[in-house]
Order: sequence, then C-alpha cells, then structure tokens
Amino acid sequence: MGKATIIPFGPQHPVLPEPLHLDLVVEDEKVVEAIPQIGFVHRGLEKLVETRDYNQFIYVAERICGICAFGHSYGYAETVERLMGVEVPERAQYLRVIWHELSRVHSHILWLGLAADAFGYESLFMHCWRLRERVLDIFEKTTGGRVIFSVVKVGGVVRDIDAAQLAEIIRVLEGIKQDYKQIMDAFLKDSSVMNRTVGVGYLSFEDATNLSMVGPFARASNVPYDVRSLGIGAYGSLSDFEPIVDAQGDCYARMKVRALEVLQSIDIIEEMIARIPSGDIAVAVKGSPADGAEAACVVEQPRGECYYYARGNGSKNLERMRMRTPTSQNLAGMVKALEGCDLADVNMVILTIDPCISCTER
Amino acid sequence: MGAFKLGKMTISGLFKQPETVQYPVQTKTPPTGLKGHVTNDVTQCILCGICQKRCPCGAIEVSKPNRTWSINRFRCVQCGSCVRECPKSCLIMEPTYAPCSTAKHVDVFEVPEHHKSEDVIKTSE
Ligand code: SF4
Ligand code: SF4
Repeated sequence: MGKATIIPFGPQHPVLPEPLHLDLVVEDEKVVEAIPQIGFVHRGLEKLVETRDYNQFIYVAERICGICAFGHSYGYAETVERLMGVEVPERAQYLRVIWHELSRVHSHILWLGLAADAFGYESLFMHCWRLRERVLDIFEKTTGGRVIFSVVKVGGVVRDIDAAQLAEIIRVLEGIKQDYKQIMDAFLKDSSVMNRTVGVGYLSFEDATNLSMVGPFARASNVPYDVRSLGIGAYGSLSDFEPIVDAQGDCYARMKVRALEVLQSIDIIEEMIARIPSGDIAVAVKGSPADGAEAACVVEQPRGECYYYARGNGSKNLERMRMRTPTSQNLAGMVKALEGCDLADVNMVILTIDPCISCTER
Repeated sequence: MGAFKLGKMTISGLFKQPETVQYPVQTKTPPTGLKGHVTNDVTQCILCGICQKRCPCGAIEVSKPNRTWSINRFRCVQCGSCVRECPKSCLIMEPTYAPCSTAKHVDVFEVPEHHKSEDVIKTSE
C-alpha cells in the first residue's frame, strides 16, 4: 500500500462542465476517500421570492436548471397551487406531463451523449445529441423556446397544443424511437462501453436507502422509488406505471436505467396524447397565499425527486420558497460510490449520478 | 456483447441528408409561436403601465409625461407576461430574433397623442 496522496478534481474539469470540486485521497491508483466541495455558482435564487411576486417567481424557478427548466416551473406552480387551493384544469395537467416527459427524454439522451463523450466514444455522443435536437424542435414549435419555455403559470399553462401538433409529436417520437433503439444497443451491448462501466462505482441497496438516494441513481441500486408512481396530477391517470429498477448498482446499471426510461417516457407521452381531454388550459388565480399557509410538493425530475416547499405571508410575495434538488441528495451516494474505485474511473462514477451542481446551489 | 454496434447507423449516415443547416447561408424558418422579441403597436397603447408592473425583470418603462414606452432588451427574458397582460393587446411577440446589438441601449417607442399610425417614431437612446 502506497502513501496517501490528495489529487484535486475540478471545479473546472474537461469531463464535467459542472463546478464540482473533489479532493480525491488516493493510495496507488485507488481512491480511498473523496471530499466534495461545492459553492462556486451560488446565485441566491430562493432569496428572490422577497422581490418577485408569486406569478413572477415562476420565471426564476425555471432558471434553476437549464435542463429540467420545465420540471422546476411545474413543481413550483404545483406547490403554489396547493398553497392557494387552486384546482388546475385536467387538460393543463396532461399538457404539463407531456412537456415534462419530453424534458426527461431530452435530458436522458443528453446525459447518454455526455457519458459516451466521457469514455471517448465520440460518434455515439454525436448521434445522441442529433436525436435530442429533434425533441428541442418539438419544444420550439409548441412552447416558443428551446431551453426556457415560460409556458407554465400558476393555475395552468399559457399555451395549448392543438391536435395537429400532438399528431406531429407522435410522428417525431416514433422516428426518434427507431434511431434510439440502435443507440441503446450500442450503450447496452457494445463491449467497449461495457469494459468501462460494468462493476465500476458500485453502490449497494443498503447504502442507497441509508443515504436516501433518489432518481435513476437509486433505482440502479434496486430502490423502487419514483415519484411518478405516486400519481400526482395527470400521472394518476396512467394505465400502469412501474419504476424501472436494476439490481447491479454499478455505472452500467445507471446507464441502463436511464436508457430504458427514455422509452418509458415516450410511452407515457403517447398514452397522454391518446387520452388528453378537451377543455380549458388555465383558471384565473386571484388573491394571495394566506399568512402562515404552507404547502409542499414532490416532482420526479430527470435526475430524481425534487422537493418544493412554500410558505405564504398574506402578501403577493411568498415568505419562503425552498427547493431540494436531486443532486443535493445524490452527492452523498456519489462519495460512497467513489470509495475504492480506480482513479481513471472517477469521471465515469461522477457522471453516472448525472450531477447538476448549478441547481444544487441555486 | 460485441463491438461496432453503431456501425449500421454510422454507415447509413453517409447516404442521408445532413441534419444540420449551413448557417448563415441557409436558415431555418422560425416556428410561428417562437418567442423572438417584444414590439409595441404604439397606436393602440394607452400607457397604462400594466406591462411594466407585470414584467419580472424590470425591462419595461412606461412614462406618461413623456409619452414613451421603452424596453431594455438586455433585461427582457421573453417570458411573455407583458404580452398576455396588456389590456389593449398592443404588445406582440414577434417570432424573429432581434438583430445583434453592438452597444447597450434601450429601445424607446414614442406613443402618439391621437393614435395615428403615421405618427409613430422609434428612436434609440
Ligand atoms: S400594458 Fe399595453 S396598453 Fe398598457 S402601457 Fe403596456 S403596452 Fe401600453
Ligand atoms: S417578455 Fe417578459 S421580460 Fe420581456 S418585457 Fe415582457 S414581461 Fe418583461
């Protein structure tokens, strides 16, 4: 056993655009401990509830994360609606789920591309991002934006998707599915991918539950927890929903869970489009949240469960708005999974939790 | 198991049309609902100031004494609140992006007294 050395990783590192710093304590080539440090991109978004009213804050909420932008505006709106006892029309709930699942499709394909890039499979990376572009085109046509949509408001949504556009979404998704199946084959069966991922960064079921891991990271360690199965909003009307789990607990399992979730999301969108009811897309919301009123909500973001908490103070501005993003949970598990891995595998382990440090710090 | 799982897709890619466009020679037509930039049909504007109040970024400034409606495009995030809330529906979200600016400035629209479209003058500060 060699002498312990500390190797710094990040906050700027070629593999990870996220500002995460790790002190890696290594002995020979093995990591014995990883000490994380964050705090490089704190933006103070939660504090902004004091100066933006509850309708305006939705545009701040969706800027928490560039990838789950829709999810955050959806989670925030849902929380404030609970706080004020607003009943959202059914069509709006369906539209929210359609956009949210589309976000998951593009987020997971983006992540798969980044993972391919991390283990040096450039052409796979480009094919992933080529497919993702088609989802962004759907967003551009239906919401007017590619990254930030500003399409949710407290009480519903601001735009409808007409029947022709819904049919177009189905057609595009069918095309994506054809290509995606070949890409998925490359991820799950190609020997060069498996050499880098199988058995790397293992996290046991016990560790995943003790550390309260969430999202695909937890599901790859056989934790069957997915907020969508709670049936909040239009998710309640899905004919059946089973979280995708895998017992292996390594990088390969995390990749597999995400790869399969893309197909699951496409199925959810197709089901939602087939059953979407007609009707209003928003209700008028009047007044302010009552003083001392509290509400909480959870949403399954692409990276895992995100928790929202809001408290009113009788004025248009909220007293407190708090979000706990999935990565703030998952960092603990990442440190655990890093213990004992090879130095060369550190980037794979970090990537497979799909960290989003910017939304963790907000 | 086995390598070259992506072979079929990569080779067939050689014979397909490219998915990218040769910008700026070719451009894509923007979709009709694109959030490009906000403009004001000043012949309708009554300078009520609701858009200014609703804007989350403080991008709009309405001045009744000067009869001007101005927008700081560097602050605007294209959220569309002002367009939705305007009582006269005179704000429009144009589906084209505003051209690049070479200097920071505020777009000022002068709002005519008698609501005649010929009076519209747009100046930059
Ligand atoms: S809300 Fe409409 S009418 Fe009122 S000041 Fe703004 S642009 Fe003019
Ligand atoms: S689009 Fe939004 S940010 Fe831009 S001026 Fe209107 S209200 Fe303000």
